[in-house]
Amino acid sequence: MIEWLTEPWQLAFMQRAFAVALISAVVCVVVGAFVVLRGMAFIGDAVAHAVFPGVAVGFVLHANLSLTGAAAGIITAVAIALISQTRRLNEDTVIGIFWAGSFGLGIVIVSTQDAYTGDLTSFLFGQILALGDGDVIAVAVVGAVLVALTFLLRRQLIAVSLDRETAKASGLPVLVLDMVLYAMVTAAIVVALQAVGNVLVLALLVTPAATARMGTERLGTMTAVACVLAAFGSIAGLYISYHYNLAAGGMIVLVLTGMFLLAWLAAPKHGLLWKRRSKEAAAPAAQ
Amino acid sequence: MRAELEGSGLEVSGVAVTLGGNQVLHDVDLAVAPGETVGLIGPNGAGKTTLLRAVLGLLNPDTGTVRIAGSPPRGARGRLGYVPQKHEFAWDFPITVGAAVLNARTATRWMGGPRKADREAAARAVDRVGLADLATRPIGALSGGQRQRVLVARALAREPGLLLLDEPFTGVDVPTQELLVGLLAQLAEEGTAILMTTHDLAQARAVCTRLCLLNRTVVADGPPSRLDDPALWLRAFGVAESELLLTGTAKETA
Repeated sequence: MIEWLTEPWQLAFMQRAFAVALISAVVCVVVGAFVVLRGMAFIGDAVAHAVFPGVAVGFVLHANLSLTGAAAGIITAVAIALISQTRRLNEDTVIGIFWAGSFGLGIVIVSTQDAYTGDLTSFLFGQILALGDGDVIAVAVVGAVLVALTFLLRRQLIAVSLDRETAKASGLPVLVLDMVLYAMVTAAIVVALQAVGNVLVLALLVTPAATARMGTERLGTMTAVACVLAAFGSIAGLYISYHYNLAAGGMIVLVLTGMFLLAWLAAPKHGLLWKRRSKEAAAPAAQ
Repeated sequence: MRAELEGSGLEVSGVAVTLGGNQVLHDVDLAVAPGETVGLIGPNGAGKTTLLRAVLGLLNPDTGTVRIAGSPPRGARGRLGYVPQKHEFAWDFPITVGAAVLNARTATRWMGGPRKADREAAARAVDRVGLADLATRPIGALSGGQRQRVLVARALAREPGLLLLDEPFTGVDVPTQELLVGLLAQLAEEGTAILMTTHDLAQARAVCTRLCLLNRTVVADGPPSRLDDPALWLRAFGVAESELLLTGTAKETA
């Protein structure tokens, strides 16, 4: 058993995978808490897909894929924030348009290339077992900046989440704060792309925070619990992937999803089992 | 009376607002002096919320001016307390009553944490709305009346000179209504200028020192005793009684 646990750590590529998985998990959770609490999961999805044409452009131009991806994500996020200000269109509608539009653009750009397989597929499905030391350092630096920024802006982000109008009336630059949050979501997504890839990144952003929300009533505890869940899920996913030779990114997401389903069934007060039990307990008393 | 208003309270003059091509407000003149409690009544679509938004500086009037303590709304934000309608607030956010109230005071501070004065003001506000025992409870677990009290405490934590309330008596239990009536009277006594929109004529009579009937412009402005025969008053200005939801509330005071 101990060997089962220690064996992967003897390999340099697994050490890097563990490091990146842990950092992505924490960064996504810290930013993702606000995504979940403001019901913005869909915008995370839109940005994740918007990163795709950016990556494709980077591939065509032989540029840094993370940078072009992040640029495309931020442009899309800002466009969504501005266009949904009009109030004539529902935010979900605007997001849907950009979500599909940017993915279409990515596909067209990719189709102009004869041979694209390697780098590009790794961005779609993650490349966590093929990272260099430079990747680990980049992820750690960006991650640290994001966590620090969230911590510094937490009072303002909470105020806007609680009540936009009052926040605006008290003088907070609500639109700027929205864009900063969107940009942070984009950066978190680009960081996590390395671990789980474009298609599955939403799971890291949303699932642990949503799982933790089932059983907590304060933002601080919710974030802490979600960090532990995400870290455990990422590490457990990597172990299973290593020993049974299964896709790493997919396995991480499956463990996170499994934990969410468990919480949904068993969380104190809000879980399904708990509700049924308290209903049974209440029923005889009512008669 | 005008001289008294110099340098304090709220003064709205000649305000017109157009939203989406429709003129919602025109020629609105309204003054609220410190210590005065003014009720803004009128049918749905009369522009009550729009007027509040103009006072809050959330929209710019086409013409006319809004002055709070002599400054435009954007320069007077520190003096403003706003109590929105309950449904405007994210009650599912994981935060306690105490933290939500403290946040209303410290959100505009970009550097450094809450100071001693902030914590004291927040605790005082929670105490004044009678929620001191529930300060550590998550906001999602509160009743409708308790939620209204949280919103009032959030406004009071900013120690405002001008307090704006949007339908404070709607969907609120009787103990909370009574607490609010007493609290507003006390605040007025301390010199706060208070402006509230309301559908509830009975409560409006109980708290307001003046009532303003708004229907795109101020069509009547007078003491609440005019409501002894509200039907007459309202009909004189072309507002149907049913539009004001008189049902029930008039009977309560009778």
